[in-house]
Formats: sequence, C-alpha cells, structure tokens
Amino acid sequence: MTTDNSGDVRLSGISKTYGSFTAVHPLELTVPQGSFFALLGASGCGKTTTLRMIAGLEEPSSGTVHLGDQEVTHLPPYKRPVNTVFQSYALFPHLDIFENVAFGLRRRGIKSVKKQVEEMLELVQLGEQARKKPHQLSGGQQQRVAVARALINTPKVLLLDEPLGALDLKLRRQMQLELKRIQTEVGITFIHVTHDQEEAMTMADTVAVMNAGRVEQLGSPTDLYENPQTTFVANFLGTSNLIEAEVDSKSGEDIVLRAGGGKLVLPESRCGAPTTTGGKVLVGVRPEKISLTHADDAGEIAENRNRITGKIADSSFIGVSTQYVIDSPVCPEFEVYAQNIDRDPRLVPGAEVVLHWNPAHTFGLDAAQDIDAGVAEVEEEAA
Amino acid sequence: MATVTEAPPLAPAPETKPPRKRGRWTPYWLLLPGLLWLIVFFALPMIYQASTSVQTGSLEEGYKVTWHFATYWDALSEYWPQFLRSILYAGSATILCLILGYPLAYLIAFRAGRWRNLIMILVIAPFFTSFLIRTLAWKTILADSGPVVSTLNTLHVLDVTNALGWTAGDRVLATPLAVVCGLTYNFLPFMILPLYTSLERIDGRLHEAAGDLYAKPWTTFRKVTFPLSMPGVVSGTLLTFIPAAGDYVNAELLGSTDTRMIGNVIQTQFLRILDYPTAAALSFILMAAILFMVTIYIRRAGTEDLV
Repeated sequence: MTTDNSGDVRLSGISKTYGSFTAVHPLELTVPQGSFFALLGASGCGKTTTLRMIAGLEEPSSGTVHLGDQEVTHLPPYKRPVNTVFQSYALFPHLDIFENVAFGLRRRGIKSVKKQVEEMLELVQLGEQARKKPHQLSGGQQQRVAVARALINTPKVLLLDEPLGALDLKLRRQMQLELKRIQTEVGITFIHVTHDQEEAMTMADTVAVMNAGRVEQLGSPTDLYENPQTTFVANFLGTSNLIEAEVDSKSGEDIVLRAGGGKLVLPESRCGAPTTTGGKVLVGVRPEKISLTHADDAGEIAENRNRITGKIADSSFIGVSTQYVIDSPVCPEFEVYAQNIDRDPRLVPGAEVVLHWNPAHTFGLDAAQDIDAGVAEVEEEAA
Repeated sequence: MATVTEAPPLAPAPETKPPRKRGRWTPYWLLLPGLLWLIVFFALPMIYQASTSVQTGSLEEGYKVTWHFATYWDALSEYWPQFLRSILYAGSATILCLILGYPLAYLIAFRAGRWRNLIMILVIAPFFTSFLIRTLAWKTILADSGPVVSTLNTLHVLDVTNALGWTAGDRVLATPLAVVCGLTYNFLPFMILPLYTSLERIDGRLHEAAGDLYAKPWTTFRKVTFPLSMPGVVSGTLLTFIPAAGDYVNAELLGSTDTRMIGNVIQTQFLRILDYPTAAALSFILMAAILFMVTIYIRRAGTEDLV
C-alpha cells in the first residue's frame, strides 16, 4: 500500500437534488487511499447517486469532489482518474473481451496494449476467453471482464456499482473474495455500492450506511454491528432487539434502566443518546449475545446479568444454531439465536424462560426515533 | 411421533399418447396464405417476365419464346447511361438521407425526451399524403420563380451547382439536383425509422462506460454508438437505395429528358413503346445489378457479427 494521498476521495458538502426531490443531502466524506470502502443502503437511499458524482456521471447540485489534492467536481468523466464497474457491467457488445479490456488504454493513445491486456486477463483468470464476445460469457465471467476493463487503467479510485447484484448467491460469495483479493493485490482505493449488508461487511474496511440521502453511520463493520448509533443501522445491519426503557438512575459508569418491571444495566459509553433520569431510551441487544435459561433454573443465573422473562413463541432449528422468538412483556418478538452446544429439551414453544446477557453487550439509542426504521428495507431487499 | 410406513404401490401410469399429428403441421398451415400470395403475385409474374424477356415477335403477330438472350445485351448497350444515372442518383439520395437522417434519429433516440413521440409523428406524417402529391409539391417548392430558387440565386449557390453540373442556368427544376432532392425527401423516413430503432436499442450505460474509459464524446460516437447502429445504417441504406434506384416518379415530375432514370425507361418501354421483351430484360438487369451491389455491401459492412 502506498503512503501518498493521491487516491483519497474527499467529498465536501456534495448534494444532489432533482427538482424538489433531494437524492443526496449535503455530505461530508473522506475515503482514505487504499481502503475498501462500502456505501451500504436500501434502493433509493442515494448511494448510487453519490458514486456517480464521484465518477463524473452526475453533476452535484452543490459541494466539491476532490481526488487527492485535485478538484474534479466539474471535470467530465473522461478526464477523471477513476474508473467504474457498472451495474450489469455495460460491456461493449460489438467488441471482443480483449478489445473491451484494451478500450481505456487505446483511448489514452497507448499503442502496445497486448502485454498489459494479457496480464490483466490473467489476473481475472480469463486468458482463454480473450477473443470471445461478451454475450458468449457467463455472468461471473462478464463481471470479471468489467473489473479488468476498469482496473487496467490503474485508476486512483475504482468505483463499483452493485457489481455482484446480477450473480447468484454462490458466485457472489466467490466474487466477493475475488474482489477483496484483487484489491489487496493492487492497493487501489475501492468504493463499493451495495444493498447487501453481508457483502459490505465481508469486503469493506469501512462501511457508510446511507438512508434517505444521508450517511447514518460510518465505521468498521464490527463497530457498526456492535455499536449502532441509530435504529436504522441497528435494524438494517443484522437483527437487533430493541426495548423501550426508562432511565432510573446512574451508578458509576452504568445507567440503570427500568423496562416492564425489570431492571437493565447499560454502560454509559455504549449509549448514543443523552440520558436524564425519568427520560426514555431504546435499549438494544443482538440476538446472538443472549442466553436462554428455563424459568425453573432462574436461580443459577449470575446476579450481574441483564435479564428479561418471557415465553417461547416459536423456535426453528437451523443446524448450527436454534432461532427462538420469545414473547416478553417488553418486546413481543424478542429474537434469540442459541448455539446448539448443549440443547435443553425443555426449551420448546410455550416454555417460560429467562433471557439474560452481559450488560456490556447492551447498546442505547435515542428513543425519539422510529423503533422499526430499517426493518422494511431489509425485508424489501430480501424479497 | 411420526412413523414411516411404506406407501401403497402406485397405479401404473396411463400410457402417454404420442403428440397429435395436427400440431406438427400447424406452422405450415399458418405459412400457407403468405406462400400462396407470394406464388400468385411474385413467383408467377417473375416467371412470366423471365419468359417475356427472351421472346421475339411483334404486337400484331404475337410473341414467341425464342431464347433470344441478345435482348439483354441490346438493352444494356442502349440504356447503360440510364442505369449508371439511376445508381448515381439513388446513391446520392441515400447518402443525403443518411447525413440528414442520422442526426435526427440520434436526437429522437437519445435527446428528445418527452418530444420523442411528436418528432416521430412528424417523421411519419408525410406518409399520410400520396407519394404523387408530395412529389408534385416539390415542383411548386422548386418552381423557377419560387423563393427557393431566388434565394439560392442570391446566395450564388446556383453558380456552384451549375459548375458541378447539378443544375442548369437559373433553374433547379428539371435538373439532377431536383431529382435527387425529390428522392431524398421521399425516402428519408425509410432511413430514419431503422436508424432510430437500432439507436434506441443501445444501452445508455455503454455511453457512460465509454466516457468513464477516457473516450471523449466524439470518440464514444465513433467507437461505440456508430458501430452499434450499423444494423440500422445497413437496413436504412438498403430501404432507401433499392426503391430509389427503381423509382421513376421523381425523375418524371422533377426531372427532364436528360435526367431519365432506368425506371422511366422501363415504364416507357412497357406502356408507350410496348416493347415488352426489352422492358422485361431491363427489369431483370436492374434486379441483378441491385442484388449484386447489395450482396457486396452487406459483406463489406460485416453486420452478421453484430448482436
């Protein structure tokens, strides 16, 4: 990886409006050289528009785009040192694979392209297919041609617009690893637009979650998953159980909350919202952090754990784990994923149970938000 | 607990009947009306004409098939100037149509937005008037005392076209220019429609991809848009050139005896001189010439390869 910053992408206050519709609200974003950056969001959240503004295919309504120290806001695409892998690839149907890949080099007046093109086709493992036309290749192969066609120009930044959207699941997984490998190998800044949260988390070092034209949260995949700052992020990235709770008191570095008669502890450092005694807070916990104990054994649970009582409404066995839906007074559909290590035969639908977890795994969110934000988006993408 | 019991043996599956015979013949039945039409109105007249072209005789004594192939040679040696002229005029009109039609088709396909349908209607609108009337209208437009001729005169354009031999004196009417203009006008929609169809099918993202890969707009056009529109260019030029080469109305109404095309000769032979063998031979020569040129053209354009 190089140390210069010529591959930094800096967006300052860029926005895009179409008539009265704002696709992207003024956005501040810096993508450091050499990173694999993902813009994640549901369709229509403005992620593709943002990408197209970096590529020069869309003129921002306000703000500036910098690549390193160069301002490129008003440069046409053919003068920008960035290349794009388009959704559905946009390969030139009248040119063979070799000529598709050589296109960018030839336009820059490079005469002897043979060696470079062959090397690039080798990198994406398509050396054999050089003289075929795009329509003779499979989806995965076309995708690799699209990557090769962009990468051969050694752009400062490679933009990927839902590059794996048209592939089936298995191929998608394979290509995710492939793209990650190529990125590590060439060390170019990758900006990847996707609606698939798993894809974003597997591939990117940094993920920006976008919603309704704004970046909701930006951080490493672990950070986003463990410390979501908004209900949208909590629900869109994985599953979260969110409970509405009331602030009871503060003790040391912890906040003590009351929810449905029970008591919950939340570390203050993990609370993204201001708290005042008597105020409301949304308490969240991921389903895999929770342990499930039959109500008869409630006495064995350590004293310092957060606990909630409920009744198993549904359970589904999926091999590695069992997913339970618990009906509890604080949340009607509490989700719990339990590893199948020692299965308690009493944990069947109808059983009274206690859910308990380490308070350190609790996170707090501003209660003023819509508790279901992001849920519909996940369902829509899954459909 | 659920238990597994053996399922009762299935009743033997009813024997599948072979597919009904009628289904196999359906495509042929559907072809029949079209085939009959072609046999009666295309194949039979062709055979009749072919036999006419090798007959000798006279109207009074009747014609007989004498395998007199010399008619072909005589017709060609007498009327080759008209043949050449037809090809020249039709070729010029085709090139003019391409120059005028391509930008318009491009505009409709990529830039017209909500005006697209309106412009399409304007392109097709002339078809609502008869071919003859439209050509006669050009007679008025190009009239000696009309505004077009006087404007061209004032701008000294006529001096240039006179020098090139396209016009003569202070006139446009009854000159090659008038005939080519008429042909261009009448066949322009046949150029625009196929061009539009093939341009419209081009994925707009290919333009973006070309721009993204350092192609300036003009390069994008040369390397991506134009090659992808080749099927439209080929069918447009064929649809213009073939009927234009055989046309006689434009030369008849807008031209003079010096601008007679092969269509006019055939028409005169058939309807006025009543020399049927020569007329039939000329028709076949024209057909063979066009077929020959079109074959070479399609080979050269190399469109079989295009998606």
